[in-house]
Amino acid sequence: MEPIKTFTSKTVILPTENIDTDQIIPARFLKATSKNGLGEKLFSDWRFDAEGKQKADFALNKPEAQGARVLVAGDNFGCGSSREHAPWALYDYGFRAVVSTSIADIFKNNSLKNGLLPIVVDAAAHAKLLAAPNADVTVSLEAQTVTLPDGSTAKFSVDPFSRYCLLNGIDELQFLLSQDAEITKFENSRR
Amino acid sequence: MPPRTLFEKIWDAHLVRAATADTPAILYVDLHLIHEVTSPQAFTWLRERNLKVRRPERTVATMDHSTPTTPRNKEGKIPVLDNAAAAQIAQLETNCKDFGVELFALGTEGQGIVHVIGPELGVTQPGNTIVCGDSHTSTHGAFGALAFGIGTSEVSHVLATQSLLQNKPKTLAVTVEGQLKPGVTAKDIVLAVIARLGIGGGTGHVIEYRGSAIRALSMEERMTVCNMSIEAGARAGMIAPDDITFEYLKGRPRAPQGAAWDKAVAEWRKLPSDPGATYDREEKFDAAAIEPMITYGTNPGMGMAIGAKVPAPANASDVKALAYMGLKGDEPLLGHKVDVVFIGSCTNSRMSDLRAAATIFKGRKVAPGVRALIVPGSQRIKKAAEAEGLDRVFTEAGAEWREAGCSMCIAMNGDQLKPGQYAVSTSNRNFEGRQGAGGRTFLASPLTAAAAAVTGKVTDARSL
Repeated sequence: MEPIKTFTSKTVILPTENIDTDQIIPARFLKATSKNGLGEKLFSDWRFDAEGKQKADFALNKPEAQGARVLVAGDNFGCGSSREHAPWALYDYGFRAVVSTSIADIFKNNSLKNGLLPIVVDAAAHAKLLAAPNADVTVSLEAQTVTLPDGSTAKFSVDPFSRYCLLNGIDELQFLLSQDAEITKFENSRR
Repeated sequence: MPPRTLFEKIWDAHLVRAATADTPAILYVDLHLIHEVTSPQAFTWLRERNLKVRRPERTVATMDHSTPTTPRNKEGKIPVLDNAAAAQIAQLETNCKDFGVELFALGTEGQGIVHVIGPELGVTQPGNTIVCGDSHTSTHGAFGALAFGIGTSEVSHVLATQSLLQNKPKTLAVTVEGQLKPGVTAKDIVLAVIARLGIGGGTGHVIEYRGSAIRALSMEERMTVCNMSIEAGARAGMIAPDDITFEYLKGRPRAPQGAAWDKAVAEWRKLPSDPGATYDREEKFDAAAIEPMITYGTNPGMGMAIGAKVPAPANASDVKALAYMGLKGDEPLLGHKVDVVFIGSCTNSRMSDLRAAATIFKGRKVAPGVRALIVPGSQRIKKAAEAEGLDRVFTEAGAEWREAGCSMCIAMNGDQLKPGQYAVSTSNRNFEGRQGAGGRTFLASPLTAAAAAVTGKVTDARSL
């Protein structure tokens, strides 16, 4: 996993509220046994028609959205199924951050383990982002800020441990493995 | 010690290490359930790092999501015709063999939906921490366990360390007092709760369902309620264990036996929230005011009493949802045409659900043009239902009686809606395309689903 520190990217806007993980990656694409290549299927039923052709009016398909690494979405993004395929698909497509006014718990946890930064901002900052599609924003995990299109900045919170892992490109399993003695002690205490 | 909630007691008892300023808590996992869809990558990572499964005896695997529910062949096997699904199923078999994990394989006696077989076996027990790479793991909270869904990275964490890094959630008491009216079920309770809380209303919380209406529910009904906690955004839903819980578990294959049983029950009796324990939030419901519920939109929070009118859209997201559903708003749903009825899923595929549906199907026929699928939650339920003659009630009515699995709840196994079709389903999600691309879902109880099957339209079962 590449470390995330600070990056600037244009945004792409999906203002719909409660976008669930079945939209992000429909279940029929979950038969894979690897996590690679899921970006092709991201938002499949919104991006493509029944013949597999791109729908021109879908935000991700517009020429000005190409290369965007920041997805700005409506409230409660990532609700529903726990499938980690959702952040895998977003990451594989090229996204490195999702911004909303709230983000579902399991999706948030999964994203933090995959180099996709879940960013919750207040309604005022969110409105500024929605009003300026494809504008450039700067995300700084070090400062925990998003620089908005009007030059103002919005703070966001991220738990210190996930932040440390993301900044350094470390995965959490390594840390848990290092706690082996504590885990053994706990197991013995319950015998 | 100050009074604690059920959740806090289980949390405290499983802390390998408390949270610090820099790290979340480390929580020990008593039971890890795995299935074919969300585990293959986790095993790959274990192999890459040369790691073992730390506690194979605390790990149980089955196959349910991508497995077909079509009839067995002459050899008594369930054929898997989809190559990708077959590969995924074979991968789970290999992984379980290589890592020493017990597997209830496709078509064998113990196989079924992961959240159905845990309780059935008796591995789901009060006071336990239970995780699975599936958001409906909240089902097991019905036994007074702390049970929640995790992603595949976390599946690898639990496989390798039997532990998880967790930030402590908040608590939400959902108190339902009073007596349900006849024809109103556990499914209607939880749909009413979600309709009020909203699909994101429980985010960051663990729900404890309490009150006289919850206490009066059977274990199967309690599972239905806890199952859908995630549809309000809550990772876990719990109900304090009591005599109904112990009665259900007693004698199950993996439940404690003999003196160990008495000791376990004595411990389990200490689990209910202490008098005076406080919750971060509470929502109160009057059971007598709950009607049979149905959803009209594209998330489970968009639900209403079956006799109500579909609300007029309030914002752009509502407009999008109603356009997908082919509804205008400010119109009744009763009488709306139905193409498919699905009775099954980890929400409503247990014996009491099948019995309830059978009361409607008995002596009636599935309406012309309607496809009705009845999918038992496990092989054991299938056998028990057949012993009771329920399968014949369904097939004589013209419904399909299938093998056990997730089936049309997730539509990745061959069971799915065609574009534009309307279904009344006893499952848990009505998201766009959830039951098949372009398919449209009304979520409801087994009674309401069965009533739709025999009338071909959305029907209040109490009117039959």
